[in-house]
Amino acid sequence: MSAIAGHLEPYLVLSGLLFSIGSFGFLARRNAISMLMSVEIMLNAVNIAVVAFGAFVPALAGQGIAFAMLIIAVAAAEATVGLAIIIAIYRNRKTPLVDEYDTMRQ
Amino acid sequence: MPLPDTLPLIGITWADALFMLLGGVAVAGALGVVLGRDIIRNGLLLILTLGAIAGIYVMLGAAILAGAQVLVYIGAISVLILFAIMLTQSKAAPAKLNFQTQAVPAALISALLALIFAVTLGGGWNATVFDGTPPPEGTRGAADALFGPYLLAFEVASVLLLAAVIGGIYLASLPRAGQIGAEEEEERR
Repeated sequence: MSAIAGHLEPYLVLSGLLFSIGSFGFLARRNAISMLMSVEIMLNAVNIAVVAFGAFVPALAGQGIAFAMLIIAVAAAEATVGLAIIIAIYRNRKTPLVDEYDTMRQ
Repeated sequence: MPLPDTLPLIGITWADALFMLLGGVAVAGALGVVLGRDIIRNGLLLILTLGAIAGIYVMLGAAILAGAQVLVYIGAISVLILFAIMLTQSKAAPAKLNFQTQAVPAALISALLALIFAVTLGGGWNATVFDGTPPPEGTRGAADALFGPYLLAFEVASVLLLAAVIGGIYLASLPRAGQIGAEEEEERR
C-alpha cells in the first residue's frame, strides 16, 4: 500500500502549493509574459486537484478528466488572446513591463 | 526478474517515489518560473513543470489528459510563450528589477494562501484509497461525460477556441486604416 501516492490529500496539497506559487508570480512579477506563465501554473494546479477528485471519488469518475479537458481548452484560448494583447501593447509602448503601462493613471 | 515491491535501501514504494519525484520537479520548476531572472529560462522551466504535471496525470489514471497536456501545453502554449518572449525582449528592459514593489506583500499573501490550502486540503477527505497507480480506464468515463451531460460545454468550448483564434489574429495584426493606432503606425513608417 502506497503511503503517499494512494491517498487524495498529497495531490491536493501539491495542487495548493503550485497555486500559491503561481499567485505569487502573478502578483509580483513585472513582466507581462511572466504573469501569463504564472496564470498557466495556477490553471495547471487547479487541473491536478480536479483530476485527483475524479480519480479518487467514485461518483466523479470520468467527470474530472472531462472538466480538466475543458479547462485546458479555455487556458489555450486565454493564452492566445493574452499573448496577442501583450504583443499589441508592446508594439505601442515598447516595453513588456506592466508597471510602465500607466497611460490611464492621472 | 520482477521488480521488488519497494525501492531498495529506502523502503518506499515505487508509486510514492514517482509521486515525490514528479511533485518535486513540478514545485521546483514552478519556483524557477516565478523567481528566475532570465525570462527565456523561465519559459523553458515552465515546459519542465508542465511535463511533470503530465506525469502526475498519468499516475492518476488520466492518460488521455496527459496526452492533451503534452500536445496543448508543451506543444502549443509553451511555443507561443517562447515566441512572445522573443518578440518582446528588449535591451532596455532592466534585468535586475523583475519584481514589482509589491513583491513582499505578494509573498506574504501567497504564503498565507499556501497555509490555508495546507490546512483545508491536507486531511479529512474520506476518499477511497488505491494501491499504487489506478488503471487507465478514465478515458472511457471522460468520453461518456464529455459527450453526454457536458456536450453543451464542449460545444461552447469549441466556439470559444474559434473566437480566440480570430481575436488573436485581429489583436496581433498590424493596425489598418481606421483602427486605433493606425495613424501612429503610418507616422512610424
